[in-house]
Amino acid sequence: MKILVAVKRVIDYSVKVRVKADNSNVDLTNVKMSLNPFCEIAVEEALRLREAGKATEIVVVSIGPKAAQDQIRTALAMGADRGIFIDVGDTELNSLSIAKLLAKVVQDEQPGLVLLGKQAIDSDNNQTGQMLAALCNYPQATFASKVLIEGDSTTVTREIDGGLQTLQLTLPAVVTADLRLNEPRYVKLPDIMKAKKKPLAVTSPAEMGVNVANTITLVRVDAPAERSAGIKVESIDALIDALKNKAKVI
Amino acid sequence: MSYTHPYQDADFVLRHIVNFDELCAEAGLAEANMDLAVAVLEEAGKMGSEVLAPLNWSGDQEGVSLGEHGVQEAPGFKEAYVQFAEAGWLSLSADEEFGGQGLPNILSTAVNEVWQSANMAFALCPMLSIGAMESIGHHASHELQSTFLPKMASGEWTGTMNLTEPDAGSDLAAVKTRAVPNGDHYLVTGQKIFITWGDHQMTDNIVHLVLARLPDAPAGVRGISLFIVPKFLVDADGNPAERNAAHCLSVEHKLGIHASPTCVMEFTNAIGYIVGEPNKGLSYMFTMMNHARQAVGLQGLSLSERAYQQARVFAKERLQGTRRDGSRIPIIEHPDVRRMLMTIRSSCEAMRALSFVAAAEVDRAHYAQDPAAKAAHAARVELFTPIVKGWLTELSQEMTYLNVQIHGGMGFIEETGAAQHYRDARILTIYEGTTGIQALDFIGRKTLSDQGAALSLLLADIQATAEELRAANTLHASILDGLESALARGVMAREWLLQSAAADADLPGSVSVNFLMLFGYLCGGWLMAKEASIAQAQLATGEGDASFLNNKLITARFYAEHLLPRTQSHLSALLAGSESVMALAEDAF
Repeated sequence: MKILVAVKRVIDYSVKVRVKADNSNVDLTNVKMSLNPFCEIAVEEALRLREAGKATEIVVVSIGPKAAQDQIRTALAMGADRGIFIDVGDTELNSLSIAKLLAKVVQDEQPGLVLLGKQAIDSDNNQTGQMLAALCNYPQATFASKVLIEGDSTTVTREIDGGLQTLQLTLPAVVTADLRLNEPRYVKLPDIMKAKKKPLAVTSPAEMGVNVANTITLVRVDAPAERSAGIKVESIDALIDALKNKAKVI
Repeated sequence: MSYTHPYQDADFVLRHIVNFDELCAEAGLAEANMDLAVAVLEEAGKMGSEVLAPLNWSGDQEGVSLGEHGVQEAPGFKEAYVQFAEAGWLSLSADEEFGGQGLPNILSTAVNEVWQSANMAFALCPMLSIGAMESIGHHASHELQSTFLPKMASGEWTGTMNLTEPDAGSDLAAVKTRAVPNGDHYLVTGQKIFITWGDHQMTDNIVHLVLARLPDAPAGVRGISLFIVPKFLVDADGNPAERNAAHCLSVEHKLGIHASPTCVMEFTNAIGYIVGEPNKGLSYMFTMMNHARQAVGLQGLSLSERAYQQARVFAKERLQGTRRDGSRIPIIEHPDVRRMLMTIRSSCEAMRALSFVAAAEVDRAHYAQDPAAKAAHAARVELFTPIVKGWLTELSQEMTYLNVQIHGGMGFIEETGAAQHYRDARILTIYEGTTGIQALDFIGRKTLSDQGAALSLLLADIQATAEELRAANTLHASILDGLESALARGVMAREWLLQSAAADADLPGSVSVNFLMLFGYLCGGWLMAKEASIAQAQLATGEGDASFLNNKLITARFYAEHLLPRTQSHLSALLAGSESVMALAEDAF
């Protein structure tokens, strides 16, 4: 079975995010970028399934600017077999366009399982996996904390509010990874070298014949308001008064 | 007490000061380039922060112990070592024939900064393995190499260096350990002390390199041979079998690096195999000396960087003092705290530049085809090595001290962790040749013995930079003036030394440390000025990260204004010569 894993290049989790001066977007100039942590978990799961003999090939796909090939290389260094890079330049696509592009890749590659991160830590939309499943007409299991494959079905444990839910899906299917699905491995030095030689195909929305016209426009980005200094109150009454009338929380 | 690799500064130095891409292309290393370096450093940074750094404090507190099975390393170290070895980090610069990646020394050095910052006590183990691999790789027979190198490059076995004996420290000519021929091997008997990672349970074998004398060996340094003495003898299949008579008798109780076992090793007719030819052991040791000394210098940078990261967090969080509106002031707003933080920060940047440039010279000397170029780079390695070892480790004393100072009373308390870096740093000016030894090497073997020729070439390079920067005139006057003044002091020190040394036997030893420190600060200032000029040029064309580049201009200026003037006091002390150093009669002490 072939597994397709979609990965995204995002601002590194350790970076303090700045907003551009004109509030048009987050400032990504010279900021450290990394593989989205949930995508890394998805790659790791694919590797474990292959190691368990449930999969034979792992294909990693990413959509973004040229530099997003770095994240494909990271996934290849982790152990994926080959990469597909869809070059969209600096255009920021919304989730539906990304899902449409991925659906085309699914159509071409015919994977038995599509793994994604449950969301990307930059925009936190949590949409792509669901949209992709709908476009492909595949069953989906999101927020996976356990994935088992038996024959032509997969049993997925999902983390839901207040507990766990177990679903059985007929393959092919779309599964999105939650934080506790696994702990990604450390990349081995020789594999960083090997990753440079693994095949990486480059394509574009135009070549794929997918219309990625944006239907959503980003209007404005604001940083959270700075927390102002606290005040000291003289008495319990003053505290209650402040909570009622100043903070308006009771 | 977390650690994050300062990837941006390392990247800047590799890319623009070391010219890594050019170095790899000239060396014919098709696989290596900046893209690879970035990927490698990123993965190293992850392992350093997530696996090694969390064990630094616990390792210091829990330490090691000696039991019936030998030395038990600190809790968590074995698991970390297995992860480290499995990720292939020991193979980075090892020979491809024996499972290595064959990457250049400079990349290994940049990666080593991560390990040493994250957990120096741990990182000493792979550092010693790499040194042992280098000795075996250069001098042992192919048969011995095939037996031991693949297992060492994979990290399955570790390596140690057994040089020091109770009566043979800096003076290795006094080595007493004996090796008697016995068929196809030797029987080694004697006691070695201060053996770093001499025993542990992390791997199923340990490869000891031991200096010993053959029965018919001439006295002194020309009678010392080098032997491989494995902890477990290797069977026909290449696996560890019978226990060899090489045991750890005790572990030292030390001021710092508590998680690094420092062993007394006892060899009792232990089976050993000679490396290379008889009586050449010491010269074999010297081939890896440059590497080891530069690596210890790098530890000075690494601990200073770790101290800086801790100091900066504390300075932002610690509130002392009150504004008029009643709000509290984080101590980072106090100018004297800023002075201390800037001192550590700018020193770290200068140390990083110098240690990387010196490591790259090792590669350039190794890969150069043209004999003249090879000789020139080799001479530069010889010159830089005692400076990197001496100056960086001396500086690390001050930088870890300043971290404690910024923490105030909290720094004196162990739980804060600032004290650990201060204690750990203390060994750096001692092992692998004390500062005194480095300074004698620099002033004697590296300067006086060639009439200052190699040094004058270095001074000419610095002068070329100074002239170029003066002509461009784009940098702050302090950087230009500071570099020119320090350069003039370097030139004067060299000339004065060459004129005065012959007439006074006590002179070189009396002034050597001042001589070395003067050149350390000067080299740091030279490279910081270079970095500033590149930063300025990039800002002018709009490439690169403007905030990083602007900060570089500030740290370079601070270095020029606050660190470079120290060259004056070193010069003044130097020019005073040996008289007051030696005047007080011995029995007056």
